[in-house]
Amino acid sequence: MSGTLNFTLKVWRQNGTKDSGYFEEYEAKDISEHMSFLEMMDIVNEKLEAENKEPIVFEHDCREGICGSCGFMINGQPHGHKSRTTTCQLHMREFKYMDGGTIVLEPFSAKPFKVLKDLMIDRSAFDRVIQSGGYVSIRTGSAPDAHSIAVEKDSADKAFDAATCIGCGACVASCPNASAMLFTGAKVTHLGLIPQGQTERYSRVQEMVNQMDSEDFGHCSNFGECTLACPKGISLDVISQMNKDLLVSQFKG
Amino acid sequence: MTTEDYTTESNNTLRNNGPEIDPNDPNKSIESAWDRHRFDIKMVNPANKRKYKIIVVGTGLAGASAAATLGELGYNVLNFCFQDSPRRAHSIAAQGGINAAKNYQNDGDSVYRLFYDTVKGGDFRSRESNVYRLAQVSVNIIDQAVAQGVPFGREYGGLLANRSFGGALVSRTFYAKGQTGQQLLLGAYQAHSRMVDAGKIVMKTRTEMLDLVLIDGEAKGIIVRNLVTGEIESYAADCVVLATGGYSNVFFLSTNAMGCNVTSTWRASRRGALFANPCYTQIHPTCIPQAGDYQSKLTLMSESLRNDGRVWVPKTKELAEQVRSGAIKPRDIKEEDRDYYLERIYPTFGNLVPRDVASRAAKRMCDDGKGVAQTERGYGVFLDFKDAIERDGEDAVRSRYGNLFEMYERITDDNPYETPMRIYPAPHYTMGGLWVDYNLMSNVPGLFVIGEANFSDHGANRLGASALMQGLADGYFILPYTIGHYLAQVPKAGFSDVKRPEFTKTKEEAIERLEKLLNVNGTKSCDVFHRDLGYLMLDKVGMGRDKEGLEFMLKRVREIREDFWENVSVPGTADGLNPSLEKANRVADFLEFAEVMVYDALTRSESCGGHFREESQTEEGEAKRDDEQFCHVAAWEYRGPGQEPIRHTEELTFDYVKPSQRSYK
Ligand SMILES: Cc1cc2nc3c(=O)[nH]c(=O)nc-3n(C[C@H](O)[C@H](O)[C@H](O)COP(=O)(O)OP(=O)(O)OC[C@H]3O[C@@H](n4cnc5c(N)ncnc54)[C@H](O)[C@@H]3O)c2cc1C
Ligand code: FES
Repeated sequence: MSGTLNFTLKVWRQNGTKDSGYFEEYEAKDISEHMSFLEMMDIVNEKLEAENKEPIVFEHDCREGICGSCGFMINGQPHGHKSRTTTCQLHMREFKYMDGGTIVLEPFSAKPFKVLKDLMIDRSAFDRVIQSGGYVSIRTGSAPDAHSIAVEKDSADKAFDAATCIGCGACVASCPNASAMLFTGAKVTHLGLIPQGQTERYSRVQEMVNQMDSEDFGHCSNFGECTLACPKGISLDVISQMNKDLLVSQFKG
Repeated sequence: MTTEDYTTESNNTLRNNGPEIDPNDPNKSIESAWDRHRFDIKMVNPANKRKYKIIVVGTGLAGASAAATLGELGYNVLNFCFQDSPRRAHSIAAQGGINAAKNYQNDGDSVYRLFYDTVKGGDFRSRESNVYRLAQVSVNIIDQAVAQGVPFGREYGGLLANRSFGGALVSRTFYAKGQTGQQLLLGAYQAHSRMVDAGKIVMKTRTEMLDLVLIDGEAKGIIVRNLVTGEIESYAADCVVLATGGYSNVFFLSTNAMGCNVTSTWRASRRGALFANPCYTQIHPTCIPQAGDYQSKLTLMSESLRNDGRVWVPKTKELAEQVRSGAIKPRDIKEEDRDYYLERIYPTFGNLVPRDVASRAAKRMCDDGKGVAQTERGYGVFLDFKDAIERDGEDAVRSRYGNLFEMYERITDDNPYETPMRIYPAPHYTMGGLWVDYNLMSNVPGLFVIGEANFSDHGANRLGASALMQGLADGYFILPYTIGHYLAQVPKAGFSDVKRPEFTKTKEEAIERLEKLLNVNGTKSCDVFHRDLGYLMLDKVGMGRDKEGLEFMLKRVREIREDFWENVSVPGTADGLNPSLEKANRVADFLEFAEVMVYDALTRSESCGGHFREESQTEEGEAKRDDEQFCHVAAWEYRGPGQEPIRHTEELTFDYVKPSQRSYK
């Protein structure tokens, strides 16, 4: 049978964007090692609610590591120390080594991501980057038969890998410059590697990079922290691909 | 139009307003029905489209595809979701795939076969005309998605790959590894983003619909709560589209995302929209068994795994007991001591029987004491990949299901390449939903309902990979045409205005309700009630239902609801971010809605598809329909708190697929 664990949670509380915020400590007791990190938070919150105190606010929805809603800093790392894992898929058995210790929870911090409350942030800048050009302009109903476009398996697989980005923001939070190159590069690469995306390939990269810059995301630090923090393991290749496309687009004018 | 326009006075029978169908008349055949209908309905002049405003609630596959397409057609779309981005709608989590009658595998598929499989899979409780149309447009969906850049799985020659799903003997499921929903939703989200950029969609994220506003009986707007500021806002439009997904979270634990709720459809129902077949819910056979009471949700392991995984339990209770206690490892159980029960009972379909059949079989095995989960009740069966790995190699299996295996290991700490997965059925999908006619309009004029939120195409059981198909069919290819038929007849574009008293009144009621929730000042967290309701619903209105249990639930649901309104604790205030308030508001609706689910299950004393009444089974324990009495849709009209709702019916006729006892042997 599995044992239970005990932790002190040191949590960032901030009531709205303008509030200055502070840390508060909570006890998480008798935690089963099979619980997910968010299930531990549920237990702490359920107790707070029953005492009519405001629970810790954090974002979450699918709890399957796919919607990209969840995510905060756990002991200084986005989504915690386990690689290729979202916060909702992180299980307490990974924290056995810290039994009895203190876990520190803070919101992702980056200039374009302001804190809305506690651990919840505003990531709408990502939507605006996609809106600026992260699509293929194809009207509903005007598509040719799917088999009229053959895609080489290798490009199709690489495009797929880039397309698995969940838009959680861990890459930005891990970067000392708060750069969104991994996020933007992933979409540029996904659409740039397949035939359907060619027509707009170079205008797309320009528009998306311009939007990214105007959202106050910083420049690539070249440290590669982003790919390490990425729960989907999006590779740094997408950044070099984006840089290449950007360069070509500048020649094209 | 009013509810009465849909019902003939004497017997509460609903009319679906679809085209006339006559199998003996080629001019009225089901094959040509959709074409004829599109020609017959009214259209909005292209230049006039920009004068109309359409509210779309939801950004899942149904909502995002509808919003994008309506925007492309020139309409002004106001779109809402409660997440922080339209891309995070629950559709993102769909894993296994999407069906389409492309017949790219040359294995005998056709539009007619997909239609046939879906009607049969739904246990003859869906509308033939709708299902045929769905099968027809399925092929366009794949074309559209590929053109958007959706990276479906491909073969080495560069062409699209397919896999099989339950309830079918052909390979017609398109997939993007185990992330098909994510990739299709991102495709729709990108099309949607393009329309946001073009100014045709105004997107309101972190905004929750609280109520529907009717003007002269027609849907003309909604009341919402801005989840960040807490502000209650009113939005007016020429019509309203609900694409807000299903209600599986009435069971508390389900495979759905935490935020999935019944609020928007239930609130619409309270305003007069009929709720159809609420008791048709799907319990998915392959989910990770519940490990403890702390659990917040259940995780699905895609049905596609049944392509290669074999389902079994030990032949004897004694062996099962040893597996549960850990005394013996699953791989050490000899071949002759294993019962591959699906292959044994259903030799034709084997591990690929439809979901309802597979789920009930698993429950029966566990009820017999052969469960293998290492939990208190031991409810779980094996899904084993040993043979597939031996046959195709570990790499091939990894390339098909890699991310699912990883997810399984992360959650359970077991490696499915080395030991069989443990799985058990879990609430997953709801076939019931708001009643809609052939145009996808509810009985409330101007209120359209698409995707999982409506009741339309799956009858009493949905086949795998058909929800994505239906959501996108509704959003890309059906609603954008049929909505014009209504709009072309509305009095005057722009007639709806938030200054009208109907808006003020509905808004006041919404505010009052939130205040009431905040003022209960009880001592129990909202989860306590939700859990209590959910566990009971699963037990009594889940995989098996009987009269006694259902009558008990009618009483019990009311008691829990009363207790909730006396003892729930909702901390914080209404002005600002308050997830406790959001949750309480949703649970309050589940507590009302559960009652109509029970009524529906109780009155439908037959078994069909996912609705299994213990009293109505064949000798072999399969669902036994009663076509004499129940070959109809039941659509419920709300009459007020605590009052018994009125049951309307829509007769179902089967001109093409003759109802029979479903057999997958
Ligand atoms: C784990 C899992 C795997 C699945 N796999 C498959 C599969 O492989 N193949 C398949 O065909 N089907 C699958 N399904 C089913 C399928 O995913 C869903 O039925 C489908 O995605 C529903 O889409 P939708 O657009 O109707 O609703 P959803 O995607 O649920 O979207 C609902 C939208 O409504 C919004 N909303 C809800 N309530 C409100 C409110 N009150 N106010 C404002 N906005 C609101 C939400 O924000 C969201 O944008 C799966 C389901 C699950 C749970
Ligand atoms: S909650 Fe969806 S990714 Fe974590």
